[in-house]
Amino acid sequence: MSDVTEALRERVLAAAVDKTPLRIRGGGTKDFYGNKPEGTLLDTTNHTGIVAYEPTELVVTVRAGTRLAELEAALVEKGQMLAFEPPHFGVATVGGSVAAGLSGPRRATAGSVRDFVLGVKLLDGKGEILSFGGQVMKNVAGYDVSRLMAGAMGTLGLLLEVSLKVLPKPHAEATLRLELPQDKAIETMNRWGGQPLPVSATCWSEGLLTVRLSGARAAVAAAREKLGGEAVADAEVFWRAVREQQMDFFSGAQALWRLSLPSNTAPLDLPGNPLIEWGGALRWLTFDGPAEIVRETAARAGGHATLFRGGDKSAGVFQPLPGPLMQIHGSLKRSFDPQGLFNPGRLYSDF
Amino acid sequence: MGSPEEHRQLSEAEIARLIAGLRRILATDSLLVAQEDLVPYECDGLTAYRQLPLLVALPRTEAEVVAILRLCHELRVPLVARGAGTGLSGGATPVRHGVVLSLAKFMRILDIDPVARTARVQPGVRNLAISEAAAPHGLYYAPDPSSQIACTIGGNVAENAGGVHCLKYGLTVHNVLRLRLALIDGTVVEIGSGALDSPGYDLLALTIGSEGMLGIVLEATVKLTPKPLLAQVAMASFDDVIKAGNAVADIIAAGIIPAGLEMMDKPATHAVEDYVHAGYDLNAEAILLAESDGTPEEVAEEIAAMCAVLEKSGATEIRVSRDEAERLKFWAGRKAAFPAVGRITPDYLCMDGTIPRKHLAHVLTRIAELAGEYRLRCANVFHAGDGNLHPLIMFDANKEGEVDRATALGGRILELSVEVGGTITGEHGVGIEKVGQMCVQFLPEELAAFRGVKAAFDEHTLLNPGKAVPTPRRCSEYRLTGSAK
Repeated sequence: MSDVTEALRERVLAAAVDKTPLRIRGGGTKDFYGNKPEGTLLDTTNHTGIVAYEPTELVVTVRAGTRLAELEAALVEKGQMLAFEPPHFGVATVGGSVAAGLSGPRRATAGSVRDFVLGVKLLDGKGEILSFGGQVMKNVAGYDVSRLMAGAMGTLGLLLEVSLKVLPKPHAEATLRLELPQDKAIETMNRWGGQPLPVSATCWSEGLLTVRLSGARAAVAAAREKLGGEAVADAEVFWRAVREQQMDFFSGAQALWRLSLPSNTAPLDLPGNPLIEWGGALRWLTFDGPAEIVRETAARAGGHATLFRGGDKSAGVFQPLPGPLMQIHGSLKRSFDPQGLFNPGRLYSDF
Repeated sequence: MGSPEEHRQLSEAEIARLIAGLRRILATDSLLVAQEDLVPYECDGLTAYRQLPLLVALPRTEAEVVAILRLCHELRVPLVARGAGTGLSGGATPVRHGVVLSLAKFMRILDIDPVARTARVQPGVRNLAISEAAAPHGLYYAPDPSSQIACTIGGNVAENAGGVHCLKYGLTVHNVLRLRLALIDGTVVEIGSGALDSPGYDLLALTIGSEGMLGIVLEATVKLTPKPLLAQVAMASFDDVIKAGNAVADIIAAGIIPAGLEMMDKPATHAVEDYVHAGYDLNAEAILLAESDGTPEEVAEEIAAMCAVLEKSGATEIRVSRDEAERLKFWAGRKAAFPAVGRITPDYLCMDGTIPRKHLAHVLTRIAELAGEYRLRCANVFHAGDGNLHPLIMFDANKEGEVDRATALGGRILELSVEVGGTITGEHGVGIEKVGQMCVQFLPEELAAFRGVKAAFDEHTLLNPGKAVPTPRRCSEYRLTGSAK
């Protein structure tokens, strides 16, 4: 546990004087994600520790360089969890997890990283220490700048501390598996989504739909009865593999695409078999063909596509934004980081 | 009494140009200029602040909204968007030299998709109307502010409205997937989509709760939630507010997230019981309502677990609703708390601070002391699960000095919320009411960052000026005079 706020601040102030861009990095587990990292390395892994944890208030405040694993270990001791199940990919930090904005299997029902961000303390591009949000569940004082940091890829500021909402671990969980073709699996996941069932995660791959149920013991038992299928024994291992992308599906050399779509989108007209999560709303695809084909397919379906890992990043990894939205992005960036010091180009090449 | 920060005065010629331009855009009955027609718009739910606007525009189509925005942008005329006007912080208080843009005519539910579990609605659709339209599919819209019969989704988005079930089901920000937004120059943008996330910055999170200062909502796509098969509520009495507060912590420590977890103190219980006869225990110092919903098996398990905790925490009486009618009766009191207090006092101010729950005892004691100091009565209703406290300050505006004392007491309570590590507003918004206290909660650099966000959307500060984010001058004044110490 160490607080190196002053040292980090000096680095930012020096960078502001020299006009040298900084590449903010925690555990470095997501160096592959986003556009190519540029700038002098600014390591946050010395800024660590749980600043405050109030289990009965459902809030934890953590320094950004703290490893996710360390935070989760502290939560487990009190029977709690990060319900958005962010991937660790090894030694991921809390700051990096919030900045990348990635959520895991429980996301479709529990919510995403940004849904659980309650407050942040950050260093802006002028080296000022700013706090937004707080340590309480409900807070509408001022614009919601803390949630804005989730998924901003560190381009708006250097996260120092994050306050997150935590939840009790479910009293019971069970995992089922059904054999279903893709179209039927999508239909089934959406049908279940419209019913009061304790579904907490879904994953379809190669003809098998795996479903996790979480909640009160009685509710899980009743739902198991209702949904049928076969019980999965090594369920924890399975869901960890989904969360950490350790399944065979993710091990290929091909470019990995992440498509975020309305959950009821029919099977896509793209080559290859996807891996589907989030009740149909998240579809992973390995595809080396032209980016435009994936992007246009995603956009037609009402969603967007990210070149998640590998492939040709020259056209940018995130779906391009319409002009007026890009203009707002540029203005926000200039407002928080006038000299463009933080992670230039990591989100969009325009800033 | 505060007033909207003065915007630039318009000359007679500019006003004439504005009216002529609006007449070209709008049907005759969609433009109100006569003083008697403007009066209904002079305030929102925060009636202590009143201001007549220059005029009121009631467009019917997106094209009309866009044309109005373009005209006002070109002439640099400020605009205040308005839904049902139920807000409690003066977020829709008009600006003297500005236009009120009423979205009241945008009342259509455009689409309900039972498979994707979404509803696409216009901004003037009432919160409850969404749930009513979704009911045949076994779905509903989860956020349920107590004004849900009247308040509109556009206003809910502006204020990031909550309700009594948000500990489990989230706030507006957790339940809106997409907004179609008109920017001040008339550009229309789409933020979010039918998918669960979007590329780039999370502008949806930024826009929700922005109090109509970043854009005008033209359409919203909201998430629909499966209606639980059953809901049941346990009502517990406590002979001590602190014990009731501890019981809340004990329930959460037991790993339970109730669908609703509400507390009322004795003055609130008495006001409510006189009004709705919900059968509340009038001897209790505090009453706790803890709701469970889900499948019948789930509810039975959770209610039993909660009752065990409540008993252990020292509840003097516990009653569990036996049927839906009784459940609604138990809730009727809580839901009617504001009007019930309205019956026993000519006027009241509703505060909205959120505090870390562990400080509840200290905060309630301090509020009682402060109320004594200002010679006013105060009842407290509390979204106990998420720490959102609504002290209701009772006063009589016709009595010399009471308005000022009530406002000053309110300010002190807000400052107290900040002192214990909370916030001045949990769900009602800053509006005009709490703009001074923003200077207490935030540093000048943080307020400057808010102004930077504003400028990214609205560089001439034409949308709802004078609300939510104070100017540096306002903060200097507040520090000199506002803080009622």
